[in-house]
Amino acid sequence: MLELTDIGFAYSAHNWLFRHVSLCLNASEIVAILGPNGRGKSTLLRCAAGLLSPQEGTVRQATSIGYVPQSNQVAFAYSAFEMVLMGRARQIGLFAAPRQRDRDSARQSLERVGLAHLAERPFFHLSGGEQQLVLIARALASESTVLILDEPAAALDLHNQKRVLRLLRALASQGLSILLTTHHPQHAQFLADRVLLMYGPDDCRIGSADVLLTEANLSALYGVRLCAITFEEGGTMRQTLAPVYADD
Amino acid sequence: MSVLLTGEQRKPFSGSQTAHWLLVAGLPLMVVAVGIAALGIGRYSVSPEQVYRILLATVLPIEPTWSETDARVVILSRGPRVLLSMLVGGGLALSGAVLQGVFRNPLVGPQILGVSSGAAFGGALAILFGLGWVFLVSGAMVCGILALVIVYAMSQVDGRAPILMLVLAGVVTSAFFTALVSVLTYVADPYSRLPAIVFWLMGSLATATYPKVVPAALPVLIGGGLILLLRWRLNILSLGEEEAAALGVRVQPLRWLLLVAVAAIVAGAVAVSGVVGWVGLVVPHLARMWVGPDHRVLLPVTLLLGAAYLTIIDTLARSLTPAEIPLGILTALVGAPVFFVLLRRTRGRGWVDA
Repeated sequence: MLELTDIGFAYSAHNWLFRHVSLCLNASEIVAILGPNGRGKSTLLRCAAGLLSPQEGTVRQATSIGYVPQSNQVAFAYSAFEMVLMGRARQIGLFAAPRQRDRDSARQSLERVGLAHLAERPFFHLSGGEQQLVLIARALASESTVLILDEPAAALDLHNQKRVLRLLRALASQGLSILLTTHHPQHAQFLADRVLLMYGPDDCRIGSADVLLTEANLSALYGVRLCAITFEEGGTMRQTLAPVYADD
Repeated sequence: MSVLLTGEQRKPFSGSQTAHWLLVAGLPLMVVAVGIAALGIGRYSVSPEQVYRILLATVLPIEPTWSETDARVVILSRGPRVLLSMLVGGGLALSGAVLQGVFRNPLVGPQILGVSSGAAFGGALAILFGLGWVFLVSGAMVCGILALVIVYAMSQVDGRAPILMLVLAGVVTSAFFTALVSVLTYVADPYSRLPAIVFWLMGSLATATYPKVVPAALPVLIGGGLILLLRWRLNILSLGEEEAAALGVRVQPLRWLLLVAVAAIVAGAVAVSGVVGWVGLVVPHLARMWVGPDHRVLLPVTLLLGAAYLTIIDTLARSLTPAEIPLGILTALVGAPVFFVLLRRTRGRGWVDA
């Protein structure tokens, strides 16, 4: 599906942002990238999406990639439907206009994210959560089997975070592969099969989320103490990770 | 769900919306009506009905109900002028709409690329040396394209041209050619060449002839046709470089294709009519407020609206006062306040943060 082999990226000579990153994204798999600001999470994501070329290594995309950017500032008051329709660019010839098939696909994608009723609304009038869902619908309309999302739930309130996270899980269970960055260990915990922790330019660890998302690993990653909290809810034991902001 | 998938794509029209889209559909008719009216209006007035008959008589065998003079005024004197005003108006308006989309900026007009200034220099140079209109037109075209080549060369960073570099290169090129035009007016003979240059720069269609229609029509037909074919792609391009690339669009070739088409249209327009400002700024805004930002609808509407708009303005320019008012002055005098009122009343609808 998507295969990164030993990739490295530097904005200036020998000033590596990251090196020796390898990742093979499987079908129905969700991989979350975690790391402090400036370690190159978004850059790695752009390399994977084919928007940047890494200086080292290779990126192999078996299918087209649906890339969902972090924030979207549209200059024009396009409707949500028009935005989703633009996801069909790969299917529509250079000089052609969208046809019935494309409009159907856009409609269908909006339905999949549960926003069919907002189709005619101007995109920028939608709430942050709804905008994120529209952008996901746009990626779906492109018939990609790999979704790459940059901080999909970063600017959202808790309810909308849940909405986006649950949608991503549902999409993965329908067969999509998902690669995303996040600042929230809880999001990675809820979503990810595997995680990629970016400790430093030469130190990126990848592995099963259950194994890597530990208090010690994450505390070292962010330089902030994280506390694993275990509690019982309706007979099942659940665990969450919470940062401790207070000194001592 | 299946009903939604196969069913009607648009939401049901309300009454006012139907009227709205009927009006849009009637736009081509309106342009024709404006053209017929413009052909009749002037110091020698011909009724619209006669104009219509005279026009039909060029293709159909109709018994003349008009005088020889009527036909000569309509066909030979006003014909090329109205044709030119439509081509120039439609072309400039279309160019403005494309550039606003490409640069994602509501204040961008055809002058932003420096093509107008380049073409102005080429035309002024031809006038300075007392060369004929063929040299004027070709000089304007060549220097307009030259300006675009300079912008292209200056804006390249690592093999591509970021929007910011394009805008800056356009401003620099425009300023440079404007200075060169000043040099020409400074050295020009103040009794013969200088007035000719100044009047040409003010913009006018007074010297319209049928041969002049060709250099204006070719870029509008070829470039405009290309632009109209790419109009849905322009929607995607207007999302910004990275998003467009992520959606599978090859941004740089597409952008340059559009810019070259625009440069050809603008250079052609300047060549036959001098510098006519404001049309490329006002008309796209007007159209966007009317039909929304989707370029699939916006671009054809802008083209037709621009054609009608400049024809009306040019008719005013030659019939308001006994002496003709330079077209460029009138488009600015009318355009600026109209633009202001429109923006105030609609608060920049069609744009997100205008």
